[in-house]
Amino acid sequence: MTQLILQSAVSGLLVGGMYGLVALGLALAFGVLKVLNVAHGELLMLGGYATFFAFNSWGVDPFVAMPFVFILLFLFGVGLYQLLFRFVTRFDVETRIKNSLLISFGLVLVLQALAVRLFTADERTISTSYSSEAFTIGLIRVPIVRLAGLVVAVIAALILEWLLTRTRFGNAIRATAEDWTRAALTGIDERRIYMIAFAISAGLAALAGTLITLGYSVSPSIGLGWTLKALIVVVLAGLGSMRGIVVAGMFLGLTEGLASVWIGGEYREVVALIVFLIVLSFRPQGFFGRAYA
Amino acid sequence: MWLSILGVAVALGVVTDDQRIMTIAIQTYILAALASSWNILGGFAGQISLGHAAFFGLGALVTREMWLGGQPFPLSTLAAMVVTAVVAAIVGVPMLRFRDAYFSIGTLALGVAVFLTIGNVRPGISSLPVDALREYEFTGPYFLALGVMAFTVPVSMWLKQGKLGLGMMAVRDDEEVAGASGVSPLRHKLMAFVISAALAALAGSVFAYFSISYYPSFPFSVVWTFEAILVVFIGGIGTTVGPLIGSAFFIVGRYALASNTEEFQVVLFGLLFIIVVLLLPGGLVEGWQRIFGGSASDVVTRAMETKTGETKGKELV
Repeated sequence: MTQLILQSAVSGLLVGGMYGLVALGLALAFGVLKVLNVAHGELLMLGGYATFFAFNSWGVDPFVAMPFVFILLFLFGVGLYQLLFRFVTRFDVETRIKNSLLISFGLVLVLQALAVRLFTADERTISTSYSSEAFTIGLIRVPIVRLAGLVVAVIAALILEWLLTRTRFGNAIRATAEDWTRAALTGIDERRIYMIAFAISAGLAALAGTLITLGYSVSPSIGLGWTLKALIVVVLAGLGSMRGIVVAGMFLGLTEGLASVWIGGEYREVVALIVFLIVLSFRPQGFFGRAYA
Repeated sequence: MWLSILGVAVALGVVTDDQRIMTIAIQTYILAALASSWNILGGFAGQISLGHAAFFGLGALVTREMWLGGQPFPLSTLAAMVVTAVVAAIVGVPMLRFRDAYFSIGTLALGVAVFLTIGNVRPGISSLPVDALREYEFTGPYFLALGVMAFTVPVSMWLKQGKLGLGMMAVRDDEEVAGASGVSPLRHKLMAFVISAALAALAGSVFAYFSISYYPSFPFSVVWTFEAILVVFIGGIGTTVGPLIGSAFFIVGRYALASNTEEFQVVLFGLLFIIVVLLLPGGLVEGWQRIFGGSASDVVTRAMETKTGETKGKELV
């Protein structure tokens, strides 16, 4: 029993790292553009497929492919911003959130259907030579690809935090997030900031997609499930700190992992939903907290 | 206008026994009923739910379980509506404390979580028993679906003109002002939520009656929420004829695209939805008015007066 609990806790923490990484991009887009992109999970799915085909067709190792997949989805993010979300950012904050929610909801369906058409509905995963390797602590098994996922999530959070708080460019992003009109008055091109922030958000989704395809699996319909977890994590952590988001992700993963020992893995999502409702009940208004305070 | 639509639909059911036409018609009625039910919550009370499929699915699930378990169908439907209404009343209180987009996120989370859970718990296909299949015919489901639409749409018309519906619209337009003039926001939003959920369950129970076999999680799929919202937005949100116009448009569109793959259709409709949200937030009803100036019908005009007056002020930065 102890072993089962410990194993579930470890698995929960590892999947929680992925929740955190998915939430990073969602939080960035929401914090800066006030655009709530529920198609974030679909961007993740596209990144996953890019990695899958790079490995299957050309034999590119997923970790080597990662920076390229990031760039690919970064560019896709630029395109999405220019085609769609650019128009949303003209509205006031409430309308922005509502319209971006509806538009990205439509986008979820479009990208899912395209993925089924292009990649078929089959579930796929990447089997590298090291995929099944794991090290054990006592009787607890830690698969190395999943551990690598957690490590990448932490590194990505630290880099993002450094970028936002320690660089000139990050200052411009934070200023735009706080008040874009005043930021524009100081000579910041808010359109460019919006575009780049959204593109980085898409790139982060791609990183998560690579790791999820490697450690778990990818199929056209995985997006919404991951978006759901990322939303919960952002609600838990607020937008204040990138490190905090990864920690909150691990907390959610741990809670799910432990709860599934008692009530069974099938009800995992109900646990997540209950956590979500409890947190929301304590913070009914403006629960995302202040951006980068 | 509404009565003439009904007359044509009844005549169609008597005249034709073409299975393809019957199937399309049944799907249209189910969708129109589902969209009307969403419109009560989203259009009248202004709460944009992204988890409506949870109630459609729950209605289908309860009905199918009881009906295939040997209970008479009307009893199963009634039970499905009651169960769904009770669940909605319980879930609605915490959900409706969240305002605007936060309510949408909450309901999306609810919808996705329920969908994934039903998929985990009930992975097998639900099929009608073999004897039922042998004597399966389309006339029963056709008139049932038509009846449900013919029930749901007048309910929404009646609501819209009555005190309760006016209260919902007052809450939509300004919660603080409504509250200050004695219209309880939470009570009206909750009423809209429960009525909307119960009517969605009714539409779901027709789906359970009509469908020969499906995965139990399918009616919980986000596609149902999407189609309901799409249809309402195409037609015109907050109007009573909007969902009907939108459903007709949607089904004709699908019919025209029938030679293409289903994915292709979803892509087209998804893009159409995005364009409508960006360019024509009042849907076809508003588009008609913009082009022709006059009114499509009296009900529509009154609906649009309340609606456009509200949104125009908000959307200007």
